Formats: sequence, C-alpha cells, structure tokens
Amino acid sequence: MRKELVEQIKNDPNYQELVAKRSSFSIILTVAMLVVYFAFILTIAFDPKLLGTPLSSDSVTTIGIPIGMGVIVFAFVLTGIYTKRANSEFDDLANKIKNSVKDN
Amino acid sequence: MQRALTFLILSALTLFASDAIQGEVQKQGLNMSAIVMFFIFVGATLGITYWAAKRTKSAKDFYTAGGGITGFQNGMAIAGDYMSAASFLGISGLVYSKGYDGLIYSIGFLVGWPIILFMIAEPLRNLGKYTFADVASYRLKQGPIRTLAAFGSITTVILYLIAQIVGSGKLIQLLFGLQYEMAVVLVGVLMVLYVTFGGMLATTWVQIVKAFLLLAGATFMAVAVMAHYDFSFGSLFSHATELKDASIMSPGKLVSDPISAISLAIALMFGTAGLPHILMRFFTVSDAKEARKSVFYATGFIGYFYILTFIIGFGAIVMVFQNPQYLDMAKHAVDGKFPILGGNDMAAIHLSHAVGGDFFLGFISAVAFATILAVVSGLTLAGASAISHDLYASVWKKGQVDGMAEMRVSKIATVALGIVAIILGIAFEKQNIAFVVGLAFAIAASANFPILFLSMYWRKLTTRGAVIGGSLGLLTAVVLVILGPSVWGEIVMGLKDKEAVAAAIFPYKYPALFSVTVAFVGIWFFSITDKSESAKAEQEAFEAQFIRSQTGIGAEGASEH
Repeated sequence: MRKELVEQIKNDPNYQELVAKRSSFSIILTVAMLVVYFAFILTIAFDPKLLGTPLSSDSVTTIGIPIGMGVIVFAFVLTGIYTKRANSEFDDLANKIKNSVKDN
Repeated sequence: MQRALTFLILSALTLFASDAIQGEVQKQGLNMSAIVMFFIFVGATLGITYWAAKRTKSAKDFYTAGGGITGFQNGMAIAGDYMSAASFLGISGLVYSKGYDGLIYSIGFLVGWPIILFMIAEPLRNLGKYTFADVASYRLKQGPIRTLAAFGSITTVILYLIAQIVGSGKLIQLLFGLQYEMAVVLVGVLMVLYVTFGGMLATTWVQIVKAFLLLAGATFMAVAVMAHYDFSFGSLFSHATELKDASIMSPGKLVSDPISAISLAIALMFGTAGLPHILMRFFTVSDAKEARKSVFYATGFIGYFYILTFIIGFGAIVMVFQNPQYLDMAKHAVDGKFPILGGNDMAAIHLSHAVGGDFFLGFISAVAFATILAVVSGLTLAGASAISHDLYASVWKKGQVDGMAEMRVSKIATVALGIVAIILGIAFEKQNIAFVVGLAFAIAASANFPILFLSMYWRKLTTRGAVIGGSLGLLTAVVLVILGPSVWGEIVMGLKDKEAVAAAIFPYKYPALFSVTVAFVGIWFFSITDKSESAKAEQEAFEAQFIRSQTGIGAEGASEH
C-alpha cells in the first residue's frame, strides 16, 4: 500500500469510526465471554459443591446442568450478535472506505 | 487417478475379504451393515475427490478450494474438523463415566470460538493467502518467521495425526475386526488420495458430508434416548443416578485446582486459535463477511454437538451400563464392576446398537470411520501446505517459484506425511499417547497463537521478538509436558493419577498458563529492546497492514472460475 494511501485512509473519518467501534465491540464481547467462562470454571475449582446443588428438593437435576448448557448457548449467541453487527454496520463502513479509495 | 482408485478399491476389498475369512475364528463378529455403509462412504468420498480433482488446477485451488466456499459450508467444515472421532467417542465416554465433568470439558473446547471470531477471523482472512504464516510474516522477515511458524504447524499436525491415527487403528480394529496395521495403512492411503488429488476442495466436502452424517446420527441417538423419557431431562437424570450415583450430576475431579483450571482453559482457547488446519479454513471463503459467518455456524454446530454428546453419554448410562449385552464379562468376573466391552470410549457405539440395532450400529461405525478420514485429511493438507508454501516456496525459493511447482511439492509433502503418519501410527500402537493432543494444543497456544495475535495487533512486534519469544514458548511447552504428570509421571515412572502428579517434576498436566506467558513476555521483551534498522521498518509497516486487516483493501479474493 502506498504511503499517501495509508495517510488518506488513516485520516478518513469512516476508518477511524470503524476501528474505534469494532475494537470496543470486540473487546466488550471478548471480556463478556472470558468473564462468563472463568466464573464458571473457577466456581468449580474453588467450590465444586456449589454447582452440585439440586434445582429443587425433590429433583436430582443440579443447577450445574442449566448453567453449563447456558454457557454453550451464551457463546453461540455472542457470535450471532457480533456477526450481525459486523456484517451490516462494519461492512458498510469498510465499503465506504473502499469506495473513497477507488474514486482517487 | 482412475487407476489409483481401482487399485485402492481392490486392495480394500482384499483387506476385508481376507479378514472375513479369518473373521470366524476371531471374537469380533463382522458387522455387514457397517462394512456396506463404509464402502458407500468411501465410494462417495472418492467420487468427491474425482470431481474435485478436475476443478483443482492452480495452487490457489489446491490450498483454498479456489476461495469459493460459503460461510455456511465452511462453518460445517470447521465444525467437522473439530468434531473428531476422539471428541465424539471421548466426550460421550467421559460423560458416560464421569457425568457432569464431560460437560465441563466440552465447554472448554467451545469457548475459544467466539474469541476467534472477535479477534482472529477477519484480520486472518484479510491478510493471509494460504497459511497462517502468511499473516505472521506479513511485515516481518519471511525466512525466520515462516520457518518457525512452519515448524509449529508441522509439529502440531504430526502430534494430532498420531493421536487420530492410533485411535482410528484401534477403533477400526474393534468395529470392523480389521487388523491394526491394515487399518492404519487404509486410513493413511485414503487420506493421501483425497489430499493429493482433490486438494482443499475434496478435503472440505469430505468434511462437510461427514459433519452432516455425524450430526444426523448423533441427533437420532439423542432423540431416541429422550423419547424413552418423554423428553424429560428430569426422568433421564433420575434414572441415571439410580443406576450410578448422584455424583454424576455435579463437578468431579476434572477441575481440581485453580491453576490447572486456568491452564487448561488457556490451552483450549488459545490452542484452538493456533491450530493450523483450522486457521487454513478461513482462506477458503471469499471475504471477511463469509469468514465471520463461518465461525457463527461452526460455533452453533459445535455447541449443538456437545449438547448431543452430553445426552448420548447419559443415554449410555441408562441403556448400556449394567446391560449384560455390552458387559465385558471377563473383567466383570474379576472385580464385580460393570466395565463395557472396548472401554468407556465405546459407550456411544454401544448406545447406537441399543437404540437402533445392528443397522444403526453399522451406520455410526461407518460415520466414526468417516470422521477419522476427514479429520486426518485436513491435518495432512495443513502440514503439507506448511512444507510447500512456507518452507519450500517462501523460505527456500524466496517466493521465486510458480504455482504449479509449489503444488507439486505440496503433493509430494502429502505423500511423505502420509508415510510418516502410517509409520508413527504403527510405532505408537502400544504407547500411552494420552498426552499428545494436550501437547499439540499447548504448542499451538504457546508458539503459533502469540506470534499470530501480536503480528495482527501489536505495532512494536519485530522479527527478533517473534522468533525468540515464539521459540521460548514452544520449548517451554514441550519441556513442561515432558516433565509433567502425563509423560514423567505416567510414562517414565509408570505411575497413575495422584501418584503420577506427585512424582512429576512439573506438577501440572497443562503447561499453557506458563508457556503462553513465557511466549508473550519473551516476544514483548525481545521486540522492545530491538533497536535495529529492520525492526524500525517492520514497526512502520504496521499501519498499512492494520488498514488492510480492518478494511480488507488489497485482500485475496476468490478465484475467477
């Protein structure tokens, strides 16, 4: 990529918006995933009995089952949220940048 | 090509025929429906290979299937790479024997995916061409970075291959009554055929077909189990706890201490993001949009699959455990316990018989075999690409080589890897190889991932930092696994479980927490202290690279046809 082009894109407000929005969104979602997973795994490491609590007094199903399934669903939902926003909003911004480069 | 196919089919027929003759004197009866379905699958995959071979004309076709795979197809293929026979049989076996611990284990394998999507998928697609080393070496010195990345890739691939091949040999021996060596050779020959003739296109479609069959078969089993209990998890679980005990419903010994828990989590998360055969799949789609969709679908399929294996594991507890039909009588007579034939990993296979009879057992057995073939093919292609694209074309020929020559080297490398895999598979038959997949993940997490990640996001990364830090990470991972419980404790000292941990020089089974830290700190330190002119140029080149990674301007497109 030529130097002038790098400078031009760097100063393009669309580019700055794209980078700012995408990085904060990626970081938030990554942190969300890490917090949920480490909360899950460290709960097990520090207090293994906690997730073994039955859902109700007459049930053998423990709260660990819905929580574990919940972590799986959560991971999937996060990828859906990111993909949806990135495939519309972020790609629109990227296309604007691409077009502005083509014009020159 | 056709002659090779005929030869293969003929030799496979003789293998089975000779076995059929001996079959009567062996303990394992031949499952005819398994063999018929196996032949249908092999025939179909060879058909795919023939179709793909006609479309594989350039190096780009060979490495990336022409870049025209859709996000949905790629998501299925990625999920297929991840749903190996080891994870299907291993995780359902773990749920069968330990209950909840199996779920904890599978969740660890899943959570790396969202992070791959948020951090890796797009820049990888936008910057790379054929291998992840393209990205790592984008603004750094080609020679040293590609050599290290290729070394990391090949080591990961070979370790993973050993695990798959040894597992497959034993599985096929058990399911089809075929001799171990024959089974290993058969797997090796088929995978070489798929890859050399059909390249990434064949490898991808074989993987998609198998992923579909595996998901369909596993769904059928899970639904059959749930139907028995009127689709009530409560009654399934209470019946299971009556047969075993209540401990299967809560966390057991899998996660024993916080250090091991964190270390395992890091190995699985960062390791997944550093597996060369997975990373390579991101180059088969046309752009970043499709790359994102791939991860979205893959995460969905993998998550769904893990929920199925959990149900299948519990299904095996209620239908296979204590069922005299699947009981290993010889062992039962010795200790009065209830071991199943072939060990816990066979729980899903026995369950398929319990819910669907001989016919469905045959189907699941054939699918398990298909799974092995598909996964080893993807691995072999990734290893061959590291040899041909990174080492031969970029390091040795300095990029001065045409695509056809590169593709030829790739095919030679595939054959060589196939031979190595067969030899190692046979050599490791009786070895304890439980540690190799852990080691593969540790190396991927400690060498491949840090270099890849920092090359994408850290301006100050230099060649010196990446090479020294990455090598330190790789070395630390290998040394700590050797000094740890699985090699030092179990293999060197011959101990088990707690005794193995106590005897080991390094007390943790998973070294990733330490080796990944070493890699990041090493890369950081040797980069910031690098004051050379070339380091300055590498840091200045970051801006242009970052723009391409974010916007896709200048990225590789799909091929024209």
